[in-house]
Amino acid sequence: MASATFRIWRGERGAGKFVDYTTEFEEGMVVLDMVHKIQANSANDMAVRWNCKAGKCGSCSAEINGKPKLMCMTRLNQLDLTQPVTVEPMKTFPHVKDLVTDVSWNYRVKKKIQKFTPRPADAADGTWRMQQADVDRPQEFRKCIECFLCQDVCHVLRDHDKHDEFIGPRFLIYTAQLEMHPLDTGDRLKALKDDFNIGYCNITKCCTKVCPEEIKITDNAIIPLKERIVDEYYDPLGKLFKMFK
Amino acid sequence: MADYPIHEFDVLVVGAGGAGLRAAIEASKAGAKTAVVTKSLLGKAHTVMAEGGMAAAMGNADDRDNWRVHFADTMRGGQYLNNCNMALHHAKEAPARVHEMEAWGAIFDRTKDGRINQRNFGGHRYPRLAHVGDRTGLEMIRTLQDHGIHQGLEVFAETTMVRLLMDGGRCAGAFAYDRERGRFMVFHAKAVVLATGGVGRSFRVTSNSWEYTADGQALAYNVGAALLDMEFVQFHPTGMVWPPSVKGILVTEGVRGEGGVLKNKDGKRFMFDDIPDNYKPQTADNPEEGWRYTQGDKSARRPPELLTRDHVARCINREVKAGRGSPHGGVFLDIAWIGKKIPNGAEHIKKKLPSMYHQFKQLADLDITKEPMEVGPTTHYMMGGIQVDADSQMSTVPGLFAAGECAAGLHGANRLGGNSLSDLVVFGKRAGEYAAKYAKSNGATKLNMSDVEETAKWCLTPFERGAAGENPFAVQSELQDVMQNLVGIVRVESEMQQALEKIEQLRKRAVKAGITGNIEYNNGWHTALDLENMLAISEMIALSGIERKESRGGHFRDDFPEKSNEWAKYNLRLTKGGDGKPSMERVPVVPLTDEMKQIIEEQKS
Repeated sequence: MASATFRIWRGERGAGKFVDYTTEFEEGMVVLDMVHKIQANSANDMAVRWNCKAGKCGSCSAEINGKPKLMCMTRLNQLDLTQPVTVEPMKTFPHVKDLVTDVSWNYRVKKKIQKFTPRPADAADGTWRMQQADVDRPQEFRKCIECFLCQDVCHVLRDHDKHDEFIGPRFLIYTAQLEMHPLDTGDRLKALKDDFNIGYCNITKCCTKVCPEEIKITDNAIIPLKERIVDEYYDPLGKLFKMFK
Repeated sequence: MADYPIHEFDVLVVGAGGAGLRAAIEASKAGAKTAVVTKSLLGKAHTVMAEGGMAAAMGNADDRDNWRVHFADTMRGGQYLNNCNMALHHAKEAPARVHEMEAWGAIFDRTKDGRINQRNFGGHRYPRLAHVGDRTGLEMIRTLQDHGIHQGLEVFAETTMVRLLMDGGRCAGAFAYDRERGRFMVFHAKAVVLATGGVGRSFRVTSNSWEYTADGQALAYNVGAALLDMEFVQFHPTGMVWPPSVKGILVTEGVRGEGGVLKNKDGKRFMFDDIPDNYKPQTADNPEEGWRYTQGDKSARRPPELLTRDHVARCINREVKAGRGSPHGGVFLDIAWIGKKIPNGAEHIKKKLPSMYHQFKQLADLDITKEPMEVGPTTHYMMGGIQVDADSQMSTVPGLFAAGECAAGLHGANRLGGNSLSDLVVFGKRAGEYAAKYAKSNGATKLNMSDVEETAKWCLTPFERGAAGENPFAVQSELQDVMQNLVGIVRVESEMQQALEKIEQLRKRAVKAGITGNIEYNNGWHTALDLENMLAISEMIALSGIERKESRGGHFRDDFPEKSNEWAKYNLRLTKGGDGKPSMERVPVVPLTDEMKQIIEEQKS
């Protein structure tokens, strides 16, 4: 059996250091398997957050060799095992312990977004009619597993620490999903512009690159939202048109 | 005495999967001050992994469907050990619960005329599962989560319940710790709803996550609640088998619903060889007819791949044992073949089964639109659990309710795919509603602080033993082997007896579990605390398995391979005896009404 060295961040509340663990591995293993193996054999108290181990729950987000990834979906054969593999917690969120960070800010942000408000039912039995073609786009955004890797990599949050002013890619697609939902009657454009500062995003597409669900965050959600805001608030011809309407 | 925070609520819901969230929404809507305690972060509970869909007889994809057919399908699938009153509520109420999800923002896949589309699944006579590709559970949990947060629920994330607290004979709350800081806290409530899910973590090959450690079942049992049907564990026929590190990860039944077929190494569709008599009139006898069924031909009967899970799992097991399996000890599940039957086959497969495509591509380097998958049975679901009242979901302990997988009754000896997501919302709603009512009409409870002190002390004992104690991960791992090998998909008395002995030995080691480090986010400590529940419930699965001397549904005995008419009359019930040991009794199955008998009879042909 071959072995590999994993260099894992150990420590609490921001303080800590990398610790090397050399462990044997077998075919098909993912990074989370290695972390579990190390935890079970030589580091029982190591903190790691995980649930489904199948890329469906978005719990085991970390930075592997510096890249934001799900540990359960990163196979060892994708990594250079001649060098130690580094595994660190996400940087954008407050550190708790070892590989675990405090992601509660995300849950607070979501509460601030106006909730889904459907139009009255289409049929007498209280149901609605929607065509598949009209729901394909919001369904794409609803694939989000809330791993928060897009938030981790977004420079507005990661480098500029604008957590109080900017909601990040996760919640821009969340809002886009509501805005593009065929049944929803809410209007979140003003909030996007003034409170959530969508303008801070300068479409570098880092979020799209790390999305494990391959959601086209920038192209399909953020840019269309920016366009809607321009149409609504910054288009002089449109303004004139509205004035005389 | 240490000073623990005491949180006061009318209704405490433990668990934030589909059932817990639905219960909390209902309780809170009724005006009860409601808390949700969840072992993981919000939105990560096991519901998120459900793939295929949510069964509800809306009749959108086939207008011959209605609640009568759904009721009969559920009873037959459960081999008539189900609580028929729960099966009736479920069949009647599921459509309203689906529509309500849409009103709360869920976007299900659509039919051509714009209604909610429905797909075929094992044991369901007509296409019945409302779905979103193969990520229906995610849609459901996100919808409930997002609806719930705007309704004033208080969520305690990454918080684990350790004991239920009692006021005499009535449930009065729970003792818990938070993972992040390791702090203890007390929830003082007028009613408690358990929605803690299943037990699959006690088996080696499982589709279940670390959370599934039987907490609800074990803690309810400890305070006097009765457990029912503990011998019935569902082994899902199709889990991944290769590579080894992903063994057990679920492959949705939706693959077969969309036309996927099972083959052995000789390329033979072995499911045609063994069709149970009671399903013969409704099952295709040739591949062509089966294919037409999956494509919506109403004159065709369903392919044998869509027989119930217990049966399909056993057929796969038999092929593998007979040496006709795939290279890595499974059989082949082929969806790629439909590429030859329909235009744009590869795109169609990716659209209908996106997660499966993704999962195999990433974890097994396999393109399911081109090659067959290798699959084999994986521990998936617990039919048994806390005995509840069919209407209110209250357990045999006043003030203690249970809903979803941790409750027993709806599924009998075998659950139909898709009946779990609907179970969660139908009975989650009922539990929330009745718990709120109970809280209102029964008033406050009193806490017994000496129980609290005792529990807190117990929680810290692994630290006292430190590195000299047993490694909790090692004990857990050995238990998984015991259950997998001795109380698995094919059982015999001698092996289950052996399992009981081993569980006893593991128990002696578990009480000596030791842990290093501190109380903050210490996974080893959490595992040490989980062991007691896992061992208790594993013992009950083995005890019930030994007692039921027949084969039925998820319980297959090599030494009693036939169904017995005598055993058809009873459910097995476990309660904590005076000596602290489980005491078992046979209780008569809930009798069918004349109307129910008539429905079942009319659906037999």
